[in-house]
Amino acid sequence: MNYPKVTKIINVTKENFNVKTIKFQYPGDVIPGQFFMIWIPGVDEIPMSVSYIKNGVKGITFKKVGEATKALFELEKGDKIGVRGPYGNGFKIKGKKILLVAGGTGIAMIAPVAEEIKNRNISTSVIIGAKNKEDLFFEKRLKKLDLDLYITTDDGSKGYKGLATDFAKELINKHKFDSVLTCGPELMMKKLYEICSDISFQASLERYIKCGIGLCGQCCIGKGLRVCKEGPVFDKNTLKDIEDFGFFKKDASGVKIKF
Amino acid sequence: MDEDAGSMQRIYNSGAGAIVTKSIGLKPRDGYPNPTLIELEYGFLNAMGLPNPGIEFFQDELKKLKKSNIPVIGSIFGSEVNEFIILSEKMEKCKVDALELNMSCPHAKGYGLEIGSDPKLVKEIISGVKNSVKIPVFVKLSPNLTNIIEIAKSAEEGNADGIVAINTLKAMKIDTELKIPVLSNKIGGYSGKAIKPIGIRCVYEISKNVDIPIIGVGGIVNGEDAIEYFLAGASAVQIGSGVYYRGIDIFKNICFEIKKWMEKHDYTKLSEIIGVSHL
Repeated sequence: MNYPKVTKIINVTKENFNVKTIKFQYPGDVIPGQFFMIWIPGVDEIPMSVSYIKNGVKGITFKKVGEATKALFELEKGDKIGVRGPYGNGFKIKGKKILLVAGGTGIAMIAPVAEEIKNRNISTSVIIGAKNKEDLFFEKRLKKLDLDLYITTDDGSKGYKGLATDFAKELINKHKFDSVLTCGPELMMKKLYEICSDISFQASLERYIKCGIGLCGQCCIGKGLRVCKEGPVFDKNTLKDIEDFGFFKKDASGVKIKF
Repeated sequence: MDEDAGSMQRIYNSGAGAIVTKSIGLKPRDGYPNPTLIELEYGFLNAMGLPNPGIEFFQDELKKLKKSNIPVIGSIFGSEVNEFIILSEKMEKCKVDALELNMSCPHAKGYGLEIGSDPKLVKEIISGVKNSVKIPVFVKLSPNLTNIIEIAKSAEEGNADGIVAINTLKAMKIDTELKIPVLSNKIGGYSGKAIKPIGIRCVYEISKNVDIPIIGVGGIVNGEDAIEYFLAGASAVQIGSGVYYRGIDIFKNICFEIKKWMEKHDYTKLSEIIGVSHL
């Protein structure tokens, strides 16, 4: 039933100065890349990618950006939230050598993907990129997985100085990856899509989501693809026909806004 | 799935005979904060709050859509006669095939049901629109009225070309854990399977009392549901929530199921079954 199940927060972790993880009891399977609708009573209900999956406990990791995430940031252990989902398709893991590229809060969604790939003993490289070292998170969590982890910052305060896409391009030229999976700012993903013209490619798109179950039409892109239902992860073949990709998104009213 | 050209095209390709747009107003409107839609045991409760990008922006989507010759019914909402007239004229310019006046949204202050419960105003708005455009004008009515026949008669007197019945039912869900209404707007409109008997009753009553065609809507998920509306007096049907229950293929599947029913019952033309339950 697509009704918010009210559950208590069992753990809150501060990941950096403005990113937090909230964990809660929630049964059922979740595929990395899928999302929940999180109801902050009296404030809003927003889509949030799953960032932790461990049996009956699930988690979300978010940055304080708008009214809803600000309210979510203030919540403590024991506070109640409503959860429905999981929704959407999630990433399809295929290939023997996979590159994950995460930008900004996209790191939250990519971390459980990395864990899943590692579980399957597939060779994995991960790039996490941010504006500066203060914006980074999940570095320890990913290091524990014993994979090739690369860090990029726009200002060079940590790791490679420059854009995650520039670094990814070098890495892709050097190694032969079967598949690239990404989550982050859309313009970053668009650039990566262009770089990956001859590699399997999947990107997780973010749009304004209202109902989450494919009825209201708010999140539709291209020729009627619902980000909440057919997405949020789209592969290269689908992206090539989505004229919105890297160009515009809709606001709450449905007006198209350029990136 | 009725907000942009791409989605409407997809629905049409899935077997729908025509598309009714999202209800469009003069200016962009965000709608209410979430939760705006939840599922309940036998249907959906929503208070989207008439979100729409406004007619200026929506014109571009319509122009894109009309390149492919898809029959489009432009749905509009306003708070008074002139607003409806301006919107109607703009829709007609975009070559929509017909208009649907939303006089039944149960959760938007100053719009929808607040207009559609006043018989005099209903007649005045329809006459105004009819005098300004050449395309057919339908009016969507609410079941949240003590007497839907009275409003249907006003619509007929205003020269409406058809009546669309019904919109959602005013309803509420309170979460027993948090002890607060779930929808941010508190009150919403109930749709889906649960409301079909109410829709059938409304269509039946309206068709007994007015002579203009009726489009039936409310809780249709399969061919037999549609047949029931035809028997009650509807000449066509609309589907919304059903997309959830049966996916986007619902349109082509229902058309197939209607055809099967007709074959089984020895009918060759749909017109033969419209209003048969009145005989």
